[in-house]
Amino acid sequence: MSAPLTSLDRPNSYIGRSVPRPNAKRLLAGRGRYVSDLRLPRMLYAAFVRSPHSHAKIISIDAGRASALEGVHLVATGADLAKICTPWTGTLDHFKGMTSAPQLPLPLDRVVWAGQAVVAVVAESRAIAEDALELIEIDYEDLPIVADIDSAREAGGPLINPGSANNVCFRSQLDNGSVDDAFAHAAHVVEEEFCFGRHTAVTLEPRAIIADYDPAAGALTVHHATQTPYQFQDLYSRHYGLPEARVRVIATDIGGSFGMKLHVYHEDMAVVGLSILLGRPVKYVADRIESFVSDIQARDHRVRARMALDGKGEIQAMDVLDLTGIGAFSSYPRTSVVEGNQVIRLIGAPYRFKNYRATLEVIFQNKVQTSQYRAVGHPIACAVTERLVDMAAVKVGLDPFAIRAQNLIADDAYPQTSPTGYRFEALSHQACLKRLHEMMDYDALRSEQAELRKGGVYRGIGIAAFVEITNPSPAFYGVGGARISSQDGAIVSLTPSGEVRCLISVTEQGQGTEAIISQIVADQLGVAQEHVKVITGDTEVTPHGGATWACRGAGIGGETALQATRALRRNILEIAALILQEQPSALDIIDGEVVDAGTRNQRMPVSEIARIAYFRSDTLPPGTQAQLTVSQHFAPQGYPFAFTNGIQGCSLEVDVETGFIKMLKHFIVEDCGRVINPMLVDEQLRGGIVQGLGAALFEECRYSETGQLVNGSLADYLVPMPMEMPDIVIAHIETPTADTELGAKGCGEAGTAAASACVLNAVNDALTPFDATINSIPITPSKVLKALKRF
Amino acid sequence: MKARAFSYFRAATIDQALHAHARAGDDARFIAGGQSLVPALSLRLQAPRLLIDITHIAELRGVRREGAFLRIGALTRHCEMLSEPLIAEFAPLLRAAAPFVAHPAIRNRGTFGGSVAHADPASEFPAMTLALGAEIEIVGPSGSRRVKADDFFVDLFETALQPGELITAVFVPLFKADQRFAFDELARRRGDYALVGCGMLATCTGDRIDDIRISFFSVGNTPTRVKGTEAALIGSSLGAERIAAAQAALEGDLAPPEGDEVPPAMRLHLARVLLGRMLGRLGAGA
Ligand SMILES: Cc1cc2nc3c(=O)[nH]c(=O)nc-3n(C[C@H](O)[C@H](O)[C@H](O)COP(=O)(O)OP(=O)(O)OC[C@H]3O[C@@H](n4cnc5c(N)ncnc54)[C@H](O)[C@@H]3O)c2cc1C
Repeated sequence: MSAPLTSLDRPNSYIGRSVPRPNAKRLLAGRGRYVSDLRLPRMLYAAFVRSPHSHAKIISIDAGRASALEGVHLVATGADLAKICTPWTGTLDHFKGMTSAPQLPLPLDRVVWAGQAVVAVVAESRAIAEDALELIEIDYEDLPIVADIDSAREAGGPLINPGSANNVCFRSQLDNGSVDDAFAHAAHVVEEEFCFGRHTAVTLEPRAIIADYDPAAGALTVHHATQTPYQFQDLYSRHYGLPEARVRVIATDIGGSFGMKLHVYHEDMAVVGLSILLGRPVKYVADRIESFVSDIQARDHRVRARMALDGKGEIQAMDVLDLTGIGAFSSYPRTSVVEGNQVIRLIGAPYRFKNYRATLEVIFQNKVQTSQYRAVGHPIACAVTERLVDMAAVKVGLDPFAIRAQNLIADDAYPQTSPTGYRFEALSHQACLKRLHEMMDYDALRSEQAELRKGGVYRGIGIAAFVEITNPSPAFYGVGGARISSQDGAIVSLTPSGEVRCLISVTEQGQGTEAIISQIVADQLGVAQEHVKVITGDTEVTPHGGATWACRGAGIGGETALQATRALRRNILEIAALILQEQPSALDIIDGEVVDAGTRNQRMPVSEIARIAYFRSDTLPPGTQAQLTVSQHFAPQGYPFAFTNGIQGCSLEVDVETGFIKMLKHFIVEDCGRVINPMLVDEQLRGGIVQGLGAALFEECRYSETGQLVNGSLADYLVPMPMEMPDIVIAHIETPTADTELGAKGCGEAGTAAASACVLNAVNDALTPFDATINSIPITPSKVLKALKRF
Repeated sequence: MKARAFSYFRAATIDQALHAHARAGDDARFIAGGQSLVPALSLRLQAPRLLIDITHIAELRGVRREGAFLRIGALTRHCEMLSEPLIAEFAPLLRAAAPFVAHPAIRNRGTFGGSVAHADPASEFPAMTLALGAEIEIVGPSGSRRVKADDFFVDLFETALQPGELITAVFVPLFKADQRFAFDELARRRGDYALVGCGMLATCTGDRIDDIRISFFSVGNTPTRVKGTEAALIGSSLGAERIAAAQAALEGDLAPPEGDEVPPAMRLHLARVLLGRMLGRLGAGA
């Protein structure tokens, strides 16, 4: 553990303490205010006709009977909305050469995936709107369908975007060192092709939006279940031609987002337009069936990779080809190429070798868009790397721990640059590896495994090292021309009663943002945490900032709160010094009291300073203007990203007759720098791991050859449930970043990053006695049985 | 999605329910626990004009002995299968199957009669009525009758029930001292519909099987009794060879359909594995 930021004997030293989330009780008591709970006066409800075809021309739309239905206020087509909404294109400048077709809220003449919204109905109730949907007749003419990666790449095959040369969205190449040379001289080479199925976020609260356009004021208010209200304020303003200051986006309670709720969705854009056309609030809540065909999906990668090693098992080089299918468009405004880009840049990142080559090809297909979802690219890069490391270990004759100890970057070798160009400030791979070995009681697990194998019980042990990208600077989106902020803003005020209000641009989706911000403010000011109120998620109230994406709430938002609070503390102490006729440096604040810095003797309560400043400023020396509200912005500088690292391990059992896998125990040693609230960090890790185990064993959006999603309901799309989840054991190493005072990095994606890689290695470990390997995720009973040739 | 508008009628007696149905023509549905019907309404897969709530009809309630049978009222909820002592004593196979049916919230509302009437081929209870040799009591406009479970399940979601008929109770032969039973299923997650599942009831003299009824679910369009497999077991005791013979016979009894995740050959394989394990346990007297 690193030294605490404040001495832990102070009454208000909250940084590093497990304090409960202030909002947990309210949410648990059912007092959350989600978008679906809101009912505005004169509100109407939208529903959408969806395309049954994966690729088809729209010949005609007959909405006559629907429009005539009682209770229906508007039926709108693509053409109706195109009159008031400008198109958007999901490309960014720093992805050189990428293309994507312009998009509109609803299509004009062509549908490009099954489930795409085609016509909108607005009615008195959702049920009436759905009645009207059944009355709309649309004539389609089938177009050739491009469903899988191979047919999309076929020369002369059907094109998704007419007029384009092929179905490629983006190509990228990295080539560092001398890869061919390294492979030519390698003592060992391992190679494999890996498949990663599509999955999706399945948030408890689905996408939800109410657009409320007031024609009299020319003002738009959007209640939006989003993690990035400022981004949407900007987009609604620009695409509907409204002044930014007249667009307000409110994102209050959110039931999970995982990256899914920061993309532009056609329905959401349409709802804004529908409200503008009607001059009334319009609500749309995606139901689960709609979520499956319209929320972004993620992964869908096929990676061929090989690794060269010398005779001692030292990794020399890697060579990678990543093919990924992203749907018919690149999503907006963050694009659909970031995942692939991160896959090829994160592969091999924990290791010391220098020769690296990778090709990425991002491909269009007639499916719903893929884009950023928790741990973007990480699980793929991690699984590919870690599986190859395990395969190499077998070939060289080393234990999985030994080969990693030999190849992971040494803890005293920083700063380092990865073979793909990422810069690492300070990581702790070796310390984590060592800790994991102890924590798993690895040697005992191995002997138990050997013993059980004699009785026909097949257990597997897997480990996987990882890095995680956190605290992103403008290098992530800003440089590509996206109006997506990587800075945050905070406004901190002392209230007349001596309490504190903090308005901050990072947002809360249930992960505890408001809790850690209040911890930091209370800690840095010297007041009780219950006297700090944190307000987030309203563009009219909170300052502009990045909000929630990647991993940035604690690292960037936390630093913003820290600096703002320190400024407020200086201002408070200045007034206190004037009143007490002291030097500010001779004073301190502890538990809401101004004290002598040396003796800690109480001098006056902070509330008294507030009272004097707000109500009796006449008693202050002439010329004194108390500044009890301060605002501060903070943008990360120094390293473009604060990388974190860690390692996971797991133990599981494969039933070789049924192909079922039982998770026995999962372990993680993680280093996210300064831990602000251990309980919340552990929650993030557990939740992330469970999501990763879902990907490893259960979750997959399965498509037919004609691009139809065949398991689009929670009966058929399996999310991980508690009965199948193992106990998760957690340990921390703390290597704070020196780029901020707080030293915190992110931890939200670490769990997801390596959980599936761990399982992949463990399953293959369990199958060692058989001539069977698996290199495809999710690992289902049918894949296991097929590998074992049981049917 | 939201259901289409419908009317609702709460029946106090069987007669009221039958009359209401007759008046509405075919455009009515009985609703019991609603755990299958309500999702179908919400997805607009069904859109009847009238729902007839049968949950307040006293005659459909209760579990009691009637001669050589246990009479299980149609409204008996899945959770009562777990708590009712008469079930544990006289129909222990149903008690064994109940924890595998869905999750507690659904078991609190879902009814035995509803499950049998719905006849989902992946459901546990319909298949167990086959293994138990149960009889289903039906009442309709033309009176009351009892149909053997063997004759009840006709095709996918299709049973001997005619439109407008109600299941009033299921009669299960009382469990006897010389009987053994087993239940198990292979489901991806606890509470899911199984990839394959099975229940069996054997009558034995010592270790010899005099009679056995084995029923599978999630293997075809209806719950499926495997008579060839049963025949391979009757008259002998359960050694490894007998079990293997029964497993081999399964292929003649089952013809699993094409499935998206689970191809027919895999389902057959899983059925064989499950059968082997269950017979092993049955032989061990468990
Ligand atoms: C998430 C979820 C998971 C589930 N998992 C499982 C599972 O693992 N295994 C399983 O077996 N089931 C499962 N079910 C279904 C559940 O068991 C249902 O309760 C059961 O299938 C139907 O019973 P019900 O009383 O709810 O019937 P309802 O939904 O009310 O009715 C179903 C049908 O039966 C008819 N009906 C009902 N009662 C009678 C009667 N007495 N006479 C004539 N017709 C009648 C209705 O008209 C309707 O057509 C699940 C359900 C849900 C929602």
